[in-house]
Amino acid sequence: MSTTKKFASVAVGLGLVTLPVLTACGSTDSGGSADSKTVTLVSHDSWAVSKSVLKDFEKQSGYTVKVLKDGDAGQAVNKAILTKDNPQGDVFFGVDNTLLSRALDNGLFQSYEARGADQILPEYRVDQDKHRVTPIDSGDICVNYDKAYFSEHKLTPPQSFDDLIKPEYKNLLVTENASTSSPGLGFLLGTAAKYGDGGWQDYWKKLKANGVKVVDGWEQAYNDEFSGSAGGKKAKADRPLVVSYASSPPAEVIYADPKPTTAPTGVVNGTCFRQVEYAGLLSNAKNTKGGKALLDFLVTKEFQQDMPLNMFVYPVVKGAVVPAEFTKFGPQAKDPETMAPAKIADNRDQWVKSWTSLVLK
Amino acid sequence: MDLARTEVAPPKARKGSAARLGLMALPVAFFAVFFAYPVAAIVARGLEVDGAWQLGRIGEVLAQSDIRHVLWFTTWQALVSTALTLLIALPGAYVFARFDFRGKQVLRAVVTVPFVLPTVVVGTAFLALVGRGGLLDELWGVRLDTTVWAILLAHVFFNYAVVVRTVGGLWSQLDPRQEEAARMLGASRFAAWRKVTLPALSPAVAAAALMVFLFTFTSFGVVQILGGPTFSTLEVEIYRQTSEIFDLATAAVLTMIQFVAVGAILAVHARTVRRRETALRLVAPEATARRPRGAGQWALLAGVLASIAVLLVLPLGVLVQRSFDAPDGYGFAYYKALTSADGGIFLVAPIEAIGNSLEYALAATAIAVLIGGLAAAALTRRNTGRLVRGFDALLMLPLGVSAVTVGFGFLIALDKPPLDLRASWILVPLAQALVGVPFVVRTMLPVLRAVDGRLREAAAVLGASPWRVWREIDLPMVRRALLIAAGFAFAVSLGEFGATVFIARPDNPTLPVAVARLLGRAGDLNYGQAMALSTILMVVCAVALLVLERVRSDRTGEF
Repeated sequence: MSTTKKFASVAVGLGLVTLPVLTACGSTDSGGSADSKTVTLVSHDSWAVSKSVLKDFEKQSGYTVKVLKDGDAGQAVNKAILTKDNPQGDVFFGVDNTLLSRALDNGLFQSYEARGADQILPEYRVDQDKHRVTPIDSGDICVNYDKAYFSEHKLTPPQSFDDLIKPEYKNLLVTENASTSSPGLGFLLGTAAKYGDGGWQDYWKKLKANGVKVVDGWEQAYNDEFSGSAGGKKAKADRPLVVSYASSPPAEVIYADPKPTTAPTGVVNGTCFRQVEYAGLLSNAKNTKGGKALLDFLVTKEFQQDMPLNMFVYPVVKGAVVPAEFTKFGPQAKDPETMAPAKIADNRDQWVKSWTSLVLK
Repeated sequence: MDLARTEVAPPKARKGSAARLGLMALPVAFFAVFFAYPVAAIVARGLEVDGAWQLGRIGEVLAQSDIRHVLWFTTWQALVSTALTLLIALPGAYVFARFDFRGKQVLRAVVTVPFVLPTVVVGTAFLALVGRGGLLDELWGVRLDTTVWAILLAHVFFNYAVVVRTVGGLWSQLDPRQEEAARMLGASRFAAWRKVTLPALSPAVAAAALMVFLFTFTSFGVVQILGGPTFSTLEVEIYRQTSEIFDLATAAVLTMIQFVAVGAILAVHARTVRRRETALRLVAPEATARRPRGAGQWALLAGVLASIAVLLVLPLGVLVQRSFDAPDGYGFAYYKALTSADGGIFLVAPIEAIGNSLEYALAATAIAVLIGGLAAAALTRRNTGRLVRGFDALLMLPLGVSAVTVGFGFLIALDKPPLDLRASWILVPLAQALVGVPFVVRTMLPVLRAVDGRLREAAAVLGASPWRVWREIDLPMVRRALLIAAGFAFAVSLGEFGATVFIARPDNPTLPVAVARLLGRAGDLNYGQAMALSTILMVVCAVALLVLERVRSDRTGEF
């Protein structure tokens, strides 16, 4: 045997050692749901469900649920669109009203009207002629305030968008970059809904003059800058107002040990923008039957009532009961701003661009 | 004798290069399948419409003033970061090279920890140093958050170890007697240093500077977390265009620009590295280090230790402090909470992320050592062809290509049998190995090249096969370097975040992914657990690096 051959055989040998490892792992766990007993849900990082509730579905339907979390909401939607010809799963959950048009225009979903869809509250329904998506939950993006700060400074917390530009609240608000953060975008859309296409820029000029601080993401705004959060207290944060969610105050109670009797933070009611999240059957789903069963399950009362304490969102079906600790610390906003997905789709990029040059430069 | 030589040499050389090509087969295949192909696929997705390349987009993108601003900022902040890192870290390199002091090994491991930790973990802690209520704020009322200074200082924090290890490693092996001889002959202290030490050292300084430039040029987390939304590097912009705006064409153009820039940096780096490997008279580091003498040297040591304490240890210390700072007093409350699966975000208890991380990192290390080891063996001969030398730089490219590009590329490229790996666990170690391979190559290569070629020739003349020569001559000499390479690949894999976050599955998140998810939720317990997990990650990395310090050999390459 020549030396060259020996070397080649060593290299090939090493290749042979590694390849079976790769293929073995590949074949046992390959994507999609080739077998009809498994149904795969693709979602974003915030997806969560009680184990027992998921077990119930698996027992009743005979399917095993596999979950793939694909980064934050925007990322997950983009990845789903990129892979739509050969999707990673059967059902996608987690496209919200700010991104819905992008998903629909790209043909991400196929039609299916979930069994039980008639129980969904009318205000959440969209795409009624084609039924490509099913509303699953709603949540409000609102300014949160640090109760301790306002009582210490004997200051009334603000009540509305209008209040935020008043001098007594100068340098108190921190928000997120509307181009990289979904609460940041929600807050911008809230102001656009409130003040109209012509008025929101003027509002932001005043907000900027009143010392609004913009950071890149929710984590920095909430954990590092907001004085009312657990992280903020440790970081000696000095902004008592933050753009977050209506459900953040109950989270501050539920994820505390020992649990306080009242939430350390509150919600500024007149600053809310409603986000609705949808799920749909992916266009090239391999297990459409399983996917349909999973969609049906997502609108059952059992799942809907399980959502608040897992994903910190509100149910969208009639008569779903929300746990007391959730409603007590984070009641749903009374009169949130909303916007039709089509209008968002038409304006989002332009608004974010103008907002960026107005606020960040 | 001469006649015999000319007769034998040509076929031998041909055989040698054929063998080298054989060794390179696996690294080349690995690189092609898991890097070049996915990246090309996502770039093509952005720029190819109905089979026609939209190259006009390049001009369009470059014409935007925003993009030009990003390019300008990316370049100058990298230049300034590199200069600042050299300024602060070179005295450190000197101190680590020439002085002996208690706790030196531990400290060398500690300064390397930031380099292998994910920014998501330390960004928050670094804010405690330069942000409001931070040390600077309390001492002088200076707040640097959302300023470019925060970015620059954090870059020093992350890249300090690159300079200390690359430059310090060589410095400790330069014979101080050469400088002493020059002084004996009448040269001033400075002249002696400039004429003797500096020329020997400058290729290492250049190599370190280029690595720091590469890491800061492609900086992502630091700029996002500390700089606020007004600062954007090319890497941040690629992420934004891909992940948020979904403008794949713009992202593809930016990826190509970054590719060219990084390629240029690496080409220059490869040249300086080769210059550095020219023969220098090296001695054992133990022989050159001694206890500091005189007030000046003690002051230098104190200064370096102080800068390490403030810039490197303090931010890490803040993480530890916060992980114990539970609502009912200091204690292990957050660590205990890690063992419960009730959190909701995870399908498993967060503590299991440690096991996942270790498993992934071990698999990634195995892959990186195999691929990197083969590549280094193939590249050992110094007078190889241009093609082979180019491959050396090529293997480092993954360090400079955006994780989001690789992640999205994996998603659309590795989706068909036999390579339908999208949902497979092996994807995570593969992505981590991409980042680990360059470190393995850079650690192994100088050591392999330092093996005296005459030993190999002697063995061959005595009838040993190339395999046997490698086993009997090279392996014993590089065993330690191999261990160090493995250790470094392991630590880097543990901390890898960018690519992992794209592909880690929900039921088995790695430590950095788990930390990021915990930080993404409101509530004291979530924040506290994030700090506790970060501390654990930090300790695991520090232990791995400390073990490396123990096995460091006389000549251990760049790291």
